[in-house]
Amino acid sequence: MPSSYRHKTSARGKEFLLKPLKESKGLKKNLLTIKSLDLRDIELIIDTAAAFHEVSGRVIKKVPALRGKTVANLFIEPSTRTRTSFELAAKRLSADIVNLSGTSSSIVKGESLLDTARALESMGVDLVVLRHSAAGAAHMLAETLDAGIINAGDGAHEHPTQALVDLFTIQSRGKAVSGLRVVMVGDIARSRVARSNIQLLTKLKANVCLVGPPTMIPSYVEDMGVSVSYDLESSLKGADLVMILRVQHERGQRGLFPNINEYARLYGVTRERLALAAPDVLVLHPGPMNRGVEISPDVADGLSSLVLDQVANGIAVRMGVLYLLGATREAQSLRAR
Amino acid sequence: MARQHSTDILIRNGKILRSGKRVTGADLLIQSGIVTSIKRRIEPSTKYKVKVIDAKGKIVCPGFIDLHVHLREPGFEYKETIQSGAAAAVAGGFTSICCMPNTRPVNDNKAVTHYILEKAREAGLARVRPIGAITMGLNGENLAMMGELASAGCVALSDDGYPVSNSLIMRRAMEYAKALNLTIVDHCEDCELSKGGVMHEGLKSTTLGLLGIPSAAEDVMVARDIALAEMTGCNLHLAHVSTSGAVRLVREAKARGVSVTAEACPHHFILTDEAVGDFDTYAKVNPPLRVESDVQAVREGLSDGTIEVIATDHAPHAFEEKEQDFDHAPFGITGLETAFGLTMSLVDDGVLDFETAVCALTKNPAKVFGLEGGDLSEGGIADITVIDPNEEWTVDPSAFRSKGRNTPFAGRRLKGRVVTTIVDGRVVFSKDQGY
Repeated sequence: MPSSYRHKTSARGKEFLLKPLKESKGLKKNLLTIKSLDLRDIELIIDTAAAFHEVSGRVIKKVPALRGKTVANLFIEPSTRTRTSFELAAKRLSADIVNLSGTSSSIVKGESLLDTARALESMGVDLVVLRHSAAGAAHMLAETLDAGIINAGDGAHEHPTQALVDLFTIQSRGKAVSGLRVVMVGDIARSRVARSNIQLLTKLKANVCLVGPPTMIPSYVEDMGVSVSYDLESSLKGADLVMILRVQHERGQRGLFPNINEYARLYGVTRERLALAAPDVLVLHPGPMNRGVEISPDVADGLSSLVLDQVANGIAVRMGVLYLLGATREAQSLRAR
Repeated sequence: MARQHSTDILIRNGKILRSGKRVTGADLLIQSGIVTSIKRRIEPSTKYKVKVIDAKGKIVCPGFIDLHVHLREPGFEYKETIQSGAAAAVAGGFTSICCMPNTRPVNDNKAVTHYILEKAREAGLARVRPIGAITMGLNGENLAMMGELASAGCVALSDDGYPVSNSLIMRRAMEYAKALNLTIVDHCEDCELSKGGVMHEGLKSTTLGLLGIPSAAEDVMVARDIALAEMTGCNLHLAHVSTSGAVRLVREAKARGVSVTAEACPHHFILTDEAVGDFDTYAKVNPPLRVESDVQAVREGLSDGTIEVIATDHAPHAFEEKEQDFDHAPFGITGLETAFGLTMSLVDDGVLDFETAVCALTKNPAKVFGLEGGDLSEGGIADITVIDPNEEWTVDPSAFRSKGRNTPFAGRRLKGRVVTTIVDGRVVFSKDQGY
């Protein structure tokens, strides 16, 4: 369909202007979803992240890879750790970074997301990192803007860099994902981290079992190639990896479970329950944690926990993504209107 | 309708669809807005001017009637006006359109009804038949003045866009409407079950992380409405049936003799939730696009007569409203200018024969609301749509008469096109002359 029907400045037709990233299909301009990546893209990101991982251990934590490039952190929905992670990643690559939050004046004044983003592009921003409460917000920007878009979480849809961080963390412990028995426990229905991880882990042939009360398991999710269980203890038997999702009792949880105590009783991951899993089981949690609710403190701080590794690896993976999407771009100022 | 003195029109050599049957090679004469003669051969009068339309290879149908459109005026003229909506209607072959009351102000009193009728008269295109509100301001609580609305010209009652959630209010509305011999049209949705939902609840909504509207939200309300219609004896018409459960409930109710009728929209018998793709807001509509089994059920419902009417639920929106993220974009698809071509795809797919498909756009909707037209007969009104069943064309929203360009069908090839539309004996649309 010609793009003129929608009067949009479609970016799709202009992709040929960009130098193709070596043989990569899913990573030409944007990183919107894990779903759109193939195995080669995933490997490329992980390898690039591994190369940058060492930089964070240096005395001078900086490389000039994105010098002269501008990154905008557009966080319409509040976030501390993801925003900080992207900011540090961009700075360690020597990119210039600007932070805009949902309380920025233009957004408070009712300017639309698209107009804010168009304005940023006109100022010569090369990459926009977007966090938004609406699923599909990053797709909308990607269709309209020439700047590269990195989805840093869109509603309950996807949070691709978090899933890549989790993969990087698992692999850095020497675990192969293929055949890995993964238990993902918590509010799957409202979790973008769950969706991105389901996409990524199933692409890599892990056996994924989703656990939670039926009110938190979305319809037809089995068709995404996972199994579903409502019983945590039986699912944990022999598990190699436990991914615990945050129970977001602060928003929109009315009626999903009777109360926090009941949730912790049925679905909280405790040391006793974790003992049912494989002896070398790994525990991931994307944070922030509700200690004593979905994860007990002894699990959070225990030897199986990779929670702090996830945070540290987050910077390396985001450096990899920013580099892959930023380095191949022409100077944005040449195309700015 | 503006009663200008119109020239006589003679439509020659067309196939004429009359009482659901096709009569080949006949002529039809229109004088002063009335069909005065249908017979094998009519010679044009030499005494006065006659406009002759050659309909060779074409089919002369009764004018189409759409029981479900949103004309947006008064209040939302930036989306559509009665003028632009009526122009879209005649371009799509619709000679009568019934407009829903969710305007601002709501059509819950005679002043608004009169305003709509006056604007329609000024436009002088399609006949516009207002549907009055069931409750004041569509608030679901206080009954609108149904008697006043009926005498002002409203042809049915609906709170479309919203259901009447309170079952007692719906019972009272049905009892009252029955006394006035008005049909109640309900948009069936349990708003608690659907709260926050933006598309069909299924694998696609799960993958996209969008909140779903389960089929049960429609089924629950259809079941309630049928129970109330059965109790009160009121004529119930179900708007935009989209689920297999709703089709089954209507089929069973009809078998029991409940006075219930139903309509289906082209997007619900053609598209599934896959059309949402990567958050395409043009595929955001309520009820939402469902899954293949629902599409098949709606088609079976049309085929066995459970659903007797095809209506568009024409819902124009401004470009910038749909250019938002999926959660915030409004529900709705413009339908008037694509409905006929999309309906013909049912004929191509063998779901309906041509005559039955046209009846779903003409005779059946006329019967549901008791409207004039819907058939061609000597002495009947001259609302006529001439179609070319074989012409293929591509949907190009930039060429729409409607202000609303929000359609998921852009770029689709369709077979079957409206070539001439006549309302009250006047040509109001002609494809070649670009009326």
